[in-house]
Amino acid sequence: MPTFNDILILLPEFYLVAAACLLLLLDAFMKPEQRPLLHWLSIAVLLVGIYLVVVGQPSQTVTAFNGMFIRDGVSEILKVFALLSTVLVFFYAKPYLQDRKLFVGEFYTLTIFAVIGIMLLVSAGNLIMVYLGLELLTLSSYALVALNRDSRLSSEAAIKYFVLGALASGMLLYGMSMVYGATGTLDLARLHMAATQTGMPHLLVFGLIFMIVGIGFKLGAAPFHMWIPDVYQGSPTAVTIFIGSAPKLAAFGMAYRLLASGLGDLSQHWQIMLACLAVLSLAIGNLVAIVQSNLKRLLAYSTISHMGYLLVGLVNAGPEGYASSLFYAISYAITSAAAFGVILALARAGFECEEIDDLKGLNQRSPWAAFLMMLVMFSLAGVPPLFGFFGKLLVFQAAIHAGFLWLAIVGAVFAIIGLYYYLRVVKVMYFDKPVEGTEVYLQKDVSVRLVLSLNVLALLVLGFVWGPLFGWCQSVFIG
Amino acid sequence: MIDTNMFQLVCFYAFAAVTVVAALGVITLRNSVHAVLSLVLTFFSTACIWLLAEAEFLAIALIVVYVGAVMVLFLFVVMMLDIKQEQVREGFIKYLPVGIIVALIMLGEMLALIGVRAMHQAVMGADPAAAAGMSNTAWLGTALYTQFLLPFEVAALILTVGVVAAVVLTLRQRTGVRHQQASQQVRVNARDRVRVVKMAAEVPAAPQPAPGKETTP
Repeated sequence: MPTFNDILILLPEFYLVAAACLLLLLDAFMKPEQRPLLHWLSIAVLLVGIYLVVVGQPSQTVTAFNGMFIRDGVSEILKVFALLSTVLVFFYAKPYLQDRKLFVGEFYTLTIFAVIGIMLLVSAGNLIMVYLGLELLTLSSYALVALNRDSRLSSEAAIKYFVLGALASGMLLYGMSMVYGATGTLDLARLHMAATQTGMPHLLVFGLIFMIVGIGFKLGAAPFHMWIPDVYQGSPTAVTIFIGSAPKLAAFGMAYRLLASGLGDLSQHWQIMLACLAVLSLAIGNLVAIVQSNLKRLLAYSTISHMGYLLVGLVNAGPEGYASSLFYAISYAITSAAAFGVILALARAGFECEEIDDLKGLNQRSPWAAFLMMLVMFSLAGVPPLFGFFGKLLVFQAAIHAGFLWLAIVGAVFAIIGLYYYLRVVKVMYFDKPVEGTEVYLQKDVSVRLVLSLNVLALLVLGFVWGPLFGWCQSVFIG
Repeated sequence: MIDTNMFQLVCFYAFAAVTVVAALGVITLRNSVHAVLSLVLTFFSTACIWLLAEAEFLAIALIVVYVGAVMVLFLFVVMMLDIKQEQVREGFIKYLPVGIIVALIMLGEMLALIGVRAMHQAVMGADPAAAAGMSNTAWLGTALYTQFLLPFEVAALILTVGVVAAVVLTLRQRTGVRHQQASQQVRVNARDRVRVVKMAAEVPAAPQPAPGKETTP
């Protein structure tokens, strides 16, 4: 029977559910002009959520509800950064939504529900919870993508996302059912024990393949990346920034729970599969990004390549690899939030700032915005001493230690190829002449400017002081 | 005195007969509304048979979900569609062989399933619900509200998100739409609507000579 102690372990999640429902009610009785209050309340709700996660951190792994929910170091760190990146999303999204008449309370409540999904997913101790957490996250995301319902592009993106997402969920469930058939349990801890003793190893590997397909879809790793470019481009930028940041942490958490906690003993099988996904993602992501002219689409292909790097770390299949992958996921979530944050800050009513050409001569018009964008691009490209560089370094190191030297070399080669299109954006901003008759300026909103500057400068600072964060990532996988 | 087993058998045959007749009705009745109603009867009789087999939860779910919700929806759809009877019946003979083949395959499958279950009674094990002295609804409910409480609640959360998403994607706030305000309509007094004006009774004026006559000298 569930006890009060179980509820205490789930306190951050319960708190967020209650807060989301209250915000929903508040929004229904609020006048449209009072809505900025809802914006600040939502940010406060998430900050209190971070506080509850950090304060209630248990000294060792605890489980609740018959092992359905695991609260350990991995889930704590993922939750903190998922909540933090969502706070950034809320800050950047407000002026954009207001300009486009999309400033509705449901944006906030649906995003908070998606974050709850992320939190449940990364804490899942049971295959059912993995699936339900994932559905909560993706169902909210589908609705968010379709938020701008009068836009054709947006609806198309939502339909594509929905259909492919449903297909991926089906694959994942099919894989789970096979694994259940082979082991007779849904509990991840028991699955770990049963996986070695099963009499049907082929059925187990068959299930594993389908589960990896599901994970590949959710990460957006090639060849399961088809939805990423259309969804990134089609959805309102305020939603793209959310989809591009926090859910990547969730996807890492899901891969870790399913592969490491659940089927860790099959690592010799899934290491090769993940290595294939990684190489394909690096190739497709980096090569196709070169020909993109749309900034959001370019960042979408960049996401695919970054998920490739994340998989390079996971291939290690040991604490070092998980730590480096987790570090990579965190660095990507923060950097991606900053990248879309700059686009959001440059957009205004009637101007999306989506094309790379829109950035022409940005340095002459808004030197600060150009500087921020340059730092973000360098971090994404992995130029030292920025944050992104150390993420790449650590995943390559992990791959080499696991005997995948060739994978590290492939990764390094594609990192250099990738440098080209990131530098192209910098070149356009600094060396091209601004287009006559157009205007590009940074958002007037003080909070957006302040948070964006802090966010980007954090990339620089964390580039120098990445040790403590990586130490935290390492500590959660030991023991 | 009625033997319990005998009574059960009689009930089973009665329900089974109704099920078969109603199922035949679904595919032979000319009026599609009647066919849908016949399908409802089929479901209901099947639920009764399941109850006899001590699968209460399935029976209840069949009635609540299929009869209560899905079939009513079907009925609405069928009533709203303007289906031409002749067109629907045109292909009856043409598709009959295919229909018979499908039906035979399904029959074979069901027989195989029953055979497998009967042969593998030992492998499948005894019904855990019966062993614990509970009905299977109670058994499912216990599992759902203890071991699977958290997933159950998260599923509820997912449904909430579904509702929120449906509202945000379909609700349109149109301006300039005239609404009835029921509360104001109820609160209105006769005094607000009808004004009784007191005035002197109109006295018809004295007949005057026609103007035409006055102007002519």
